[in-house]
Amino acid sequence: MLKVSKVRLQQGYRTMKWPDGPAPEMPPHFTGRPVISGDCCNGCGDCAKVCPTGAIAVADGKISLDTGLCIFCGKCEKACSKDAIKFGNDFRLASAKREDLVVQPGNDMTPNAYSEAIHKLFGRSLKLRQVSAGGCNACEADTNVLGTLAWDLGRFGIQFVASPRHADGILVTGPVSKNMELALKKTCEAVPAPKIVIAVGACAVSGGIYRGQEETHKGVAEIIPVDLFIPGCPPHPATILDGLLRLLRK
Amino acid sequence: MSGPAVIRNGGKLPLSQIPVLTVSDFRRDILDSVSKGARISALFGSPTGENIRLIAVLAWRDTGSISVLSAPVQKSYPALTPDCPQAHLFEREIFEQWHVMPEGHPWLKPVRFPDSEKTSDMGVTNFFQIEGEEIHEVAVGPVHAGIIEPGHFRFQCHGETVHHLEISLGYQHRGVERSLVNGPNSKSLHFIETLAGDTTVGHATAFSRIVESLAGIRAPARAQVIRGIALELERMANHIGDLGALAGDIGYLPTMSYCGRIRGDLLNLTAMLCGNRFGRRLVVPGGVGYDIDSENADKIAARLKSAFRDAESAIGLLWETPSVLARFENTGALSRETAVKIGLVGVAARACGLQRDVRSDFPYGIFLLSHIPAATWESGDVFARAFVRWQELQRSYKFILEQLAALPDGAVRAGENPPIASGHLAVALVEGWRGEICHVAITNNEGRFLTCKVVDPSFHNWFGLALALRGQQISDFPLCNKSFNLSYCGHDL
Repeated sequence: MLKVSKVRLQQGYRTMKWPDGPAPEMPPHFTGRPVISGDCCNGCGDCAKVCPTGAIAVADGKISLDTGLCIFCGKCEKACSKDAIKFGNDFRLASAKREDLVVQPGNDMTPNAYSEAIHKLFGRSLKLRQVSAGGCNACEADTNVLGTLAWDLGRFGIQFVASPRHADGILVTGPVSKNMELALKKTCEAVPAPKIVIAVGACAVSGGIYRGQEETHKGVAEIIPVDLFIPGCPPHPATILDGLLRLLRK
Repeated sequence: MSGPAVIRNGGKLPLSQIPVLTVSDFRRDILDSVSKGARISALFGSPTGENIRLIAVLAWRDTGSISVLSAPVQKSYPALTPDCPQAHLFEREIFEQWHVMPEGHPWLKPVRFPDSEKTSDMGVTNFFQIEGEEIHEVAVGPVHAGIIEPGHFRFQCHGETVHHLEISLGYQHRGVERSLVNGPNSKSLHFIETLAGDTTVGHATAFSRIVESLAGIRAPARAQVIRGIALELERMANHIGDLGALAGDIGYLPTMSYCGRIRGDLLNLTAMLCGNRFGRRLVVPGGVGYDIDSENADKIAARLKSAFRDAESAIGLLWETPSVLARFENTGALSRETAVKIGLVGVAARACGLQRDVRSDFPYGIFLLSHIPAATWESGDVFARAFVRWQELQRSYKFILEQLAALPDGAVRAGENPPIASGHLAVALVEGWRGEICHVAITNNEGRFLTCKVVDPSFHNWFGLALALRGQQISDFPLCNKSFNLSYCGHDL
């Protein structure tokens, strides 16, 4: 018992201050929200050629980058001779609308994730059931980490529960493998209405690197309507938590 | 009959040098080799025009060598499994992928249900059933209670006692191996990085070594060291997470709470190498994507020391708490004989007293110069699997600090990657945090992948979990499951 207390003292209080205090420091080489400089871009399309997921579109000499498809590999940034694409440090990527995930030149606004209806229903308490549907265990791990004492998701009234019957919504990872389609539908149906659906990670948002595979779907929205899209491969835990909080506007 | 072709870990050989045996010689050679101590690292089919060629990759621990042999088959061949149980899942996979029937296989069930869309029978199979008045069946999954991947578990119980557990997977199947064919291309490495996302560094290292071998290039020394550091950071993060989760499964909350956080600290150290907590973008064919400057190296070392101090005290509580030991000891035990028979790898094998570790048995890269002794324990139970993890944590910690302090000079990337050799086979083994990762690639005449075989350690070890449950209380399943902590997507590919 003495030993347990001694260790408890050593481990200390480790829950981060954010969002009330400073945000966690992002590491060097972090690839957050990309910014496209309209002045630098000459529309050559070198960036689109190296993109492994086809996240970059070139039209009328201008590029746009779909952060919902992007796996944040940074290849486009390196390929651009004009320094027109820069992945910044901003981890706030989540959006309520799929189309708002597309970054246009000169636009570095954080997409809107708030929903008044969801705020009214679940603003004070949100219970989620997680379903991995072809996720690689990276999105799952960085969702799971929100339950640790460093992030302490419970302090926001958000909790992951074991049964869909106890949940207000589901949080889905993975592109939705065809072998998980039925299980995903059944789990979603088992959640009592009104309910919400959150897609976490490039795969769940758009299929990501698995988009176009015959064994998978192109993300959750192909199967069930999605209320919040959280991009990244995988999203940083701060990205996921920021998305959940902005959805509820806590 | 000529002997099998022999290569080292990370070696390649022309397809013409792989002996083509009759099926009966192929079988005899594999059975002989396994009886002499070889282990099947991979056994798979590769298309050759009309037919399928079976390829066996055998790992010889005593000599640190890998032998490769092959045999053409048509519609069927006599199964190895009745004489060599470690072939069981490989042969099921061969049947599923190539429709080549291993005659006499005792358990020829689906591995991944790749055609479920056409037949709409995902997860439906003739599950083994025990009959009797008080026998009952418990079905769990595919969706589980925690934030984990999907899989189906079917228990045959008498009262609380599990007499048989059948594990049916495939829910995570995304067609990774199929998509690697005709590569390497701009997507290949990303498929590899996400085929088991918690083992990004392990799989990316194996794949990069395959490409380097086929292209005839070498990652520079500095890159080899950075890869080693990243691999051991990945091991530390996962082992710490697992020890915390094991504590959680028996309701011992202090260690659970602390380790959950400390695991995040370790992931953050990987992020300091490349910006991503799972090591995405770090390991690339030809070297690593990012260098470590000395300031960053000092920072990583300082943070690692602090995280390890926390881990040491948090994990130390486990070994001093009688209620923890009472739940860990004699739970889910596997014998050494069983482990050998079914070809167990990694932590689970070492917890049965087997010296099996790619880093010491088939060393490559930095592990040729800096040795990490394999950690073993004899009891084969949950305690052993936990304690081996703790021993490995200490060794990885020491290794990382040593390497950070002695980074060799030079570049971290060999120049541009030249095209890869046509008509070759290459094998790379890496000791991922779960155990042996085996990648095998065969190239066609145009220098593209004809076949890519990926064997995650989970492929060998899921059956070990099923056997470990026999005679256990069903309420111990979460604890046993976590003590293996196998990958679903690494198995389902």
